[in-house]
Amino acid sequence: MEVNDNDTILEQVTQNEYKYGFYTDIESDMAPRGLSEETVRFISAKKDEPEWMLEFRLKAFRHWITMKEPEWAHIQYPKIDYQDIIYYSAPKRKKELSSLDEVDPELIDTFNKLGISLEEQKHLSGVAVDAVIDSVSVKTTFQDTLSKHGVIFCSFSEAVREYPELVKKYMGSVVPYTDNYFAALNSAVFSDGSFCFIPNGVRCPLELSTYFRINAANTGQFERTLIVAEAGSYVSYMEGCTAPMRDENQLHAAIVEIIAMDDAEVKYSTVQNWYPGNKEGKGGVYNFVTKRGLCKGKRSKISWTQVETGSAITWKYPSCVLMGDNSVGEFYSVAVTNNHQQADTGSKMIHIGKNTRSTIISKGISAGQSNNSYRGLVKILSGAVNSRNFSQCDSLLLGSKCGAHTFPYIETKNESSIVEHEATTSKISEDQLFYCNQRGIDTEKAIGLIVNGYAKEVLNKLPMEFAVEAQKLLSITLEGSVG
Amino acid sequence: MSDHLTQQILDLDELLIHQFKENKELISAFDIPKVSALREKHIKDFVEKGFPDSSQENWRFTEVESILDQSFIHDLQPLLSNNNIEELFRCEVHNFDTEIISLLNGWYQGDDGSMHTSPEGVVYGSLRTAMKTYPELVDKYYGEIAHCMNNSFVSLNTAMVQDGVFIYVPDGVTFSKTLQIIKIIDRNENVFIQNRNLIILGRNSQLNLMHCDDSINHSTSLVNTVTEIFVGENAHFELYKLQNLNDMSGLINSTFIKQEANSTIKTNTLTFNCGMIRNNIEVALDGNGAHADVFGLYLMDKKQHVDNQIRILHNQPHCTSNELFKGILDDEASAVFNGYIYVARDAQKTNAYQNNNNIQLKPHATIHTMPFLEIYADDVKCSHGATIGQLDQEAMFYLRSRGISKANARLLLLYAFSADIIKHISIEALKTRIDDMVKKRLRGELSICEKCVLHCGSPEKEYHFEIDMSKI
Repeated sequence: MEVNDNDTILEQVTQNEYKYGFYTDIESDMAPRGLSEETVRFISAKKDEPEWMLEFRLKAFRHWITMKEPEWAHIQYPKIDYQDIIYYSAPKRKKELSSLDEVDPELIDTFNKLGISLEEQKHLSGVAVDAVIDSVSVKTTFQDTLSKHGVIFCSFSEAVREYPELVKKYMGSVVPYTDNYFAALNSAVFSDGSFCFIPNGVRCPLELSTYFRINAANTGQFERTLIVAEAGSYVSYMEGCTAPMRDENQLHAAIVEIIAMDDAEVKYSTVQNWYPGNKEGKGGVYNFVTKRGLCKGKRSKISWTQVETGSAITWKYPSCVLMGDNSVGEFYSVAVTNNHQQADTGSKMIHIGKNTRSTIISKGISAGQSNNSYRGLVKILSGAVNSRNFSQCDSLLLGSKCGAHTFPYIETKNESSIVEHEATTSKISEDQLFYCNQRGIDTEKAIGLIVNGYAKEVLNKLPMEFAVEAQKLLSITLEGSVG
Repeated sequence: MSDHLTQQILDLDELLIHQFKENKELISAFDIPKVSALREKHIKDFVEKGFPDSSQENWRFTEVESILDQSFIHDLQPLLSNNNIEELFRCEVHNFDTEIISLLNGWYQGDDGSMHTSPEGVVYGSLRTAMKTYPELVDKYYGEIAHCMNNSFVSLNTAMVQDGVFIYVPDGVTFSKTLQIIKIIDRNENVFIQNRNLIILGRNSQLNLMHCDDSINHSTSLVNTVTEIFVGENAHFELYKLQNLNDMSGLINSTFIKQEANSTIKTNTLTFNCGMIRNNIEVALDGNGAHADVFGLYLMDKKQHVDNQIRILHNQPHCTSNELFKGILDDEASAVFNGYIYVARDAQKTNAYQNNNNIQLKPHATIHTMPFLEIYADDVKCSHGATIGQLDQEAMFYLRSRGISKANARLLLLYAFSADIIKHISIEALKTRIDDMVKKRLRGELSICEKCVLHCGSPEKEYHFEIDMSKI
């Protein structure tokens, strides 16, 4: 096969424009630019928060100003001016909405362009969508079905109002505001997010889903998600993100906390497709996310699945703290970077309880001039006897100007545990391409086929509804090459 | 003259800087201009950075403070010793033909101001003499590849070092014997030693080098060695590092290797005993088609600590590297492994492999392993693996079911685990000896009281397992 042919196709494949770049013109209610105690108070006041919430924010803010931005990640970006960001922007609402018809038609249109029309979702897929546009939860569906089972699924601000005891008890218990720079920032200025509580023994009847979108220019999005699964419960939670095309970099610093009690299982799936910047590396979202799950109870299980295709910069390490005996942590990830995208992502598995098990499967695909790093930690403490970890992180390189890196950290402090790590880095096999060509599959399609097969192990872990979207996203990255 | 660095008012780094400023002329008495200039540059760097501490990423798991907090003597001139190093030390590996270079407490022994030349034409001697007799070679190579990135011990060494070994293998020369550097520390006070080695292999040349670090008493020593090795086109170089110091001692070993096209190297770092060991090995594959084998074995117990930092830089296309480190950790020992493979943008057709396997025998042993890959070229094959585990219970059961005692079965399995490294030793006599040493070490019989790692017990007696192989 002609090398040039390959190169051209690879080029085409990896230089696609972002398909979801549009901007919904909704009037925003904004906080003044910059960050100070006043901003924090403004946000808190805007949201009618109780005193304890404001206290929490202020504590976090005071801690944040003493911290330094972390520099250890394998990413490069111009210094962020935290005083040049608008920390709160909410679509203006005239009154409470009671039905879909009252939702801003432009907003509905936005969702339609994304292919996730609320009605469609509601009727066809049986998914409850808590749609978040620029920080305020606009519409929550299937509230009734869920409340029948005692499941609480609402926006974070609603939870602060309606279930203050639960929020007080669990907020910051997995990711304290002192955790890291971006977690402190989020704790100080978070705008909204989702709260989910599954009571004892309940198997959540629906797959819960939230679509986040970053909208108005120059607004940082600071989401906060809290999922509490009581003993013996089960929930599958899906988070999907797309952001419209914007020239200036947008900052996103979210926190996701999950708590799983005895025998509970939480499955958390993410498809992230934020604006990655243009071909020259201009614009794009900075995504600094702290996600952590605490397997607090015995035999509890937390599973993270992520498909990362967007954002100019991704800094994200969904983690599991395996505290309960026999608890299980899983991490499945596909991260695709192209053009000038940079991703530094991976997982942390902290084994504390006895007989804890964890699995990490990470597939990195880098194209264009992007850099894709896996960074992970497996830590087995001395009390975690008979623990087991298996990690596999593979990287696929498309094009000669990209980089693929692997930085695993493995620490064990007892003699009865087994940890295994393996990783490979290679380019698309010429043999495989040749085989496909020889069977009459053109190179474009062959690349798509191989990449999809490569990521299959992870895509299979996604819930049905998401798997379709994830494959769609992969095919956008590999435009025209997926059969 | 020896400067007592025992005042408790100043920290060790400040004392050393003070000592450097006070004794600049003495320290640089034998220097060529380049070496003096480097001293100035690096002392500045050291003043700025001081000793590394655990807040630095590369030193997170290796705690040097507890060693550095002790008081040390840093000699600026060799002590006149009555001990003849030949008496202190005799190498008794059978059928092992070596030329010995000895350093006692960091000072080259038998330096008569001239270099030795072997019949083949290999030149070796002390670095300070080399600066006089081969100034152009030292000027060309000295300090060219040793850098102090993340390691201010290299700065300190470059600033303060006064002695070391110089080896030059001219183009086309093969050294038939093995050259052996023996470093003995025998002082009753705590000593801090800086050593610098410069090894140059010309085109098509070949050299086997053995580098033994030993201590023969029980006082604390801290050795900071920097070795620069230049391997010319098509040359072949083998390095065996044996580390067997007492439990109090610290060893900071920084080895930099630069390979030209089609050259091959093999390094084997065998760590048997030492309080704290840090091995920095950096191999730069700077020529097309070069190949590097980097192996290591560490058998640690008590509260010992070993830290292997291995960087393989694939700077040119068509290079291959193979890295394997294995370790057995007993008691409360701790081990760090940080492998780092870097593939530069145009280093296509690279094939790099990296593996680290550990066996943890006791609940309080700690292992940190970080096998890193950083790859900027697409037509490459890079893989790495790391495992931490215990003895295979099924294998254990198999052996026990054949009537082999638990202790023997354990020994046999541990030995089999280590054999993966030992088998790569290409000098037969040395392999047999190391093999015995590993067996002894695994039985807990190898002690540093015996003068040398190669001088452990009677060489006639071979070590066998008390196992009736017919049962297996």
